[in-house]
Amino acid sequence: MKIPQLHIPDGFINAPVSILFLVISAFFVFLALRGAKNQLDEKVAPLAGLAAVFIFAMQMINFPVAAGTSGHLIGGALAAILIGPWAGVLAVTVVLIVQALVFADGGLTAIGLNVFIMAVLATLGAWYIFRLLQKIFPKNRIGFLSATAIASYLSVPISAIGFTLQFALGGTAAITLDKVLIAMVGVHSVIGIGEAIITVLTISAVLSVRKDLVYGASNLKLSLVN
Amino acid sequence: MGNVHNHISYGIYQHRHNWFHQLPSHIKIASVFSFVLVVVLTPGNFFQAHLSYALIVIGLLIWNQIPLSAIRKRLIIEIPFVLFAFFLPIFGTDPKIDFFGFKLSEPGLWAGWNILIKATIGVMMSLILSSTTPQRELLVGLEKLKFPKLLVQIMSFMIRYTVVVTEELKRMAIARESRCFEARGPKQWGVLARSAGALFIRSYERGERVHMAMLSRGYTGSLPLTTVQFSSRQDQINGTLLPLIAISVFLIWSVILN
Repeated sequence: MKIPQLHIPDGFINAPVSILFLVISAFFVFLALRGAKNQLDEKVAPLAGLAAVFIFAMQMINFPVAAGTSGHLIGGALAAILIGPWAGVLAVTVVLIVQALVFADGGLTAIGLNVFIMAVLATLGAWYIFRLLQKIFPKNRIGFLSATAIASYLSVPISAIGFTLQFALGGTAAITLDKVLIAMVGVHSVIGIGEAIITVLTISAVLSVRKDLVYGASNLKLSLVN
Repeated sequence: MGNVHNHISYGIYQHRHNWFHQLPSHIKIASVFSFVLVVVLTPGNFFQAHLSYALIVIGLLIWNQIPLSAIRKRLIIEIPFVLFAFFLPIFGTDPKIDFFGFKLSEPGLWAGWNILIKATIGVMMSLILSSTTPQRELLVGLEKLKFPKLLVQIMSFMIRYTVVVTEELKRMAIARESRCFEARGPKQWGVLARSAGALFIRSYERGERVHMAMLSRGYTGSLPLTTVQFSSRQDQINGTLLPLIAISVFLIWSVILN
């Protein structure tokens, strides 16, 4: 069975908090629109659009795990490292909106919540961790891919923590928060392994052929033979 | 998804004729959104109010002839949260009540019900919206609702190229399979990821080519409108119908239940 992507549905988090996160997400999307315009100029719409399609298509690839189960990608870290943080935020946001609006895969009033954890937290979180690690790690292929691995791994539990925060603010009081936090972060610490492996393998494949297309590798000097 | 040239055959839009279908998209989006918002605002223990909402949703599903297969698919998406809803009565806080010999948390039961009913109504309303509105019109609607133009443009690129890129993905899968590749476990992830990498490069290069082609045809940053949608007074009245019904259901039951 294919594990469906976790989209928070309508009514899972109460209305005021859903609206609050709609406003917060709108603010970050506004920042991303400005940031991406500076970064990509007039190319932003076609490139972010195609990146969105790419993430959408990536989520269709089933990575078999065992016993008929398979997982697939959130894609925040992948988008940030491939096309840059702001365009990445836009691409993941657009995937989420189109999924909710055109394919009815996700609740309309929960869009702000989902955009916040997957497009804002996972993508920007992965990007800043990645940038930090790039400063520490050696400036070669191994260092680059290690930074990618750790950043994409951590992006998954980070979104789980973001979810728990939303749940604390506007979820039901019928279950204690520590149980939710332990369950969510626990499960996502495992899922993160898959996310990290797939992200690293994909980026490493692009890096071998077109290093110039990997935004996060722009300051990376690679020898021709490695 | 096979027919690349016919945009209507792709996605879940179904062509029918009734006033709900013909409602201008920005009014329809606002109308469905406010309906779901009222449902989410209604406390879970307004049991009868939620049943009334559910009846309205079922009525809309039947009226717009939404296929059962589409409904089933949306319900599957909910599964992880359904599981969460079922765990709530078991791990929830006190007081516990006796339920056929099981000790279940009472607030947990209410919370589980609250999640189940609202999530189901929400996803069904999304389904109704997306199967009664063509994709392009959804975008026009978002633009009329003052969505940032750039975001709408990115969305239109995404919708336009989803078919092309997923077809590319399918061709790659056929190429892999014709070389006797079978994905059985994590051992095969390397091959799949290399396909994904190739897919990214192809998508990116296609994005660049498309952009060049558009620039050379005089693209200035906004998409030309080929059809203009006028919203009549009647449309606006029709659009307020859905949220108005929801609000009155809510008010009637809150008066009765108090």
